[in-house]
Amino acid sequence: MNNETPLLSVTGAGHRYGDRFGCRDVNFDLWPGEVLAVVGESGSGKSTLLGMLSQRLTLDEGSISYLTTRESSAGREDGTEFELLDLATLSEREVRRLWRTEWGFVHQNAAEGLRMHVSAGGNVGEPLMANGWRNYSKIRSEAEMWLRRVEIPSDRIDDAPATFSGGMRQRVQIARNLVFGPRLVFMDEPTSGLDVSVQARLLDLIRQLVAELGLAVVIVTHDLAVARLISHRTLVMKDGAVIESGLTDRVLDDPQAPYTQLLVSSILQG
Amino acid sequence: MSYNVNNDLPENAVLSVQNVGKTFTLHLQESQRLPVLHGLTFDVPRGACIVLGGESGAGKSTVMKMIYGSYGTDSGRILLRHQETVMDLVTAQPRQVLAARRETLGYVSQFLRAVPRVPALDVVAEPLIERGISRETARERAGELLTRLSISTRLWKLPPATFSGGEQQRVNIARGFIIERPLLLLDEPTASLDARNRGVVIELIRESLGRGTGMLAIFHDADVREAVADMTVDVQSFTPAREQAAA
Repeated sequence: MNNETPLLSVTGAGHRYGDRFGCRDVNFDLWPGEVLAVVGESGSGKSTLLGMLSQRLTLDEGSISYLTTRESSAGREDGTEFELLDLATLSEREVRRLWRTEWGFVHQNAAEGLRMHVSAGGNVGEPLMANGWRNYSKIRSEAEMWLRRVEIPSDRIDDAPATFSGGMRQRVQIARNLVFGPRLVFMDEPTSGLDVSVQARLLDLIRQLVAELGLAVVIVTHDLAVARLISHRTLVMKDGAVIESGLTDRVLDDPQAPYTQLLVSSILQG
Repeated sequence: MSYNVNNDLPENAVLSVQNVGKTFTLHLQESQRLPVLHGLTFDVPRGACIVLGGESGAGKSTVMKMIYGSYGTDSGRILLRHQETVMDLVTAQPRQVLAARRETLGYVSQFLRAVPRVPALDVVAEPLIERGISRETARERAGELLTRLSISTRLWKLPPATFSGGEQQRVNIARGFIIERPLLLLDEPTASLDARNRGVVIELIRESLGRGTGMLAIFHDADVREAVADMTVDVQSFTPAREQAAA
């Protein structure tokens, strides 16, 4: 693994809505195994930032580079090679390749990330088929393994997510996003809207999987407790700008910006 | 990624705190400024236990948190011997601080920040697993430590959030001592323990010191302090303007 080049490197990045910037002047690097939380209230620009990073919104300023992995041509011994991609210049085909093989996206609303009327097994098997898996029983056993990992009872594999609880749907969505072995996963408020006990279970699961798989994660959340529990570093956003960033425990225990102090002092003590 | 600071870290020290200052600015209270530390200077040698002294509120825990990185530092240097290099924790990047925590810098706080649902045995084993030790071996080592600290085996599979204060603290201690790092920060690790368990913690500390770990500690109990302290640093003498800070 190339240890000196970050997986994702964001420099002076901004997205504009008309003549107003949704987010601007964002800078950070992300390495494999790191979880970066983006926190802020609604309207702070955190979802715009996530949209821009994940190629759903245009990059109108600055640059974003991503270190991709390719199977190297025959004859090479180590099997993979790295290439730094400038995301602004990527072809649609390349972007689709990244979504198929290296990137995942976990939506707040599971209905956006799942096919609600296809079986759970089918939802998890589909990304494998997109990656060229053809053997039905292998696909099914891999999907079963992943559903087990996200704690979906094995007798529910043939049921559709439409029949699942909110927490179960999110776990299926996570399985669908991890089954093909991505390196970078974006998460947009993955636990909000769930009951507190279900949230804790899901966060613990995400935390464990991230550590085991060495994933890089950008997670957007309005909940500082979520950031505390699973992220290494935190960006605090307000009015489209990053107003504070650093180690998560330092941002939360010794906040410097007036707005961060206000946010931290507003946490309900559990 | 680590870098060498031209090099004022004494040969035998794992940590050197040099002329460190810290002021809190409370933006929600008319930007009131609370100076808590000024000119703080001391070293932690290998195999020695340095104790932070001073009244409650003198800033002892603040010193610990600045070294661990959960508080920022306004001025001065905090030099840490990290692998083959010297890192200034005041200016280190988050990624470097995380690497230092993984390899060099352990912290046993007063309270266990328990993750929901994770069983006590795994809470203790986790630092070993993060270092690539097999789960089985890690759990075995964790079990040995929990046994030494008299945590009954029937609790091992339960998440510590439901434990008593003293039990949580012992889980926390086991987690802190399961891997050996060159520097260990101990923030009142024995505050809610009975005499027998305090004795076990003293043993653990001595064993670790004997293997060359440097320790920086805050001890509530005089008997623990007397048993392991090599030197006391009076934090109060580095506290500026007491009347202002007494808010």
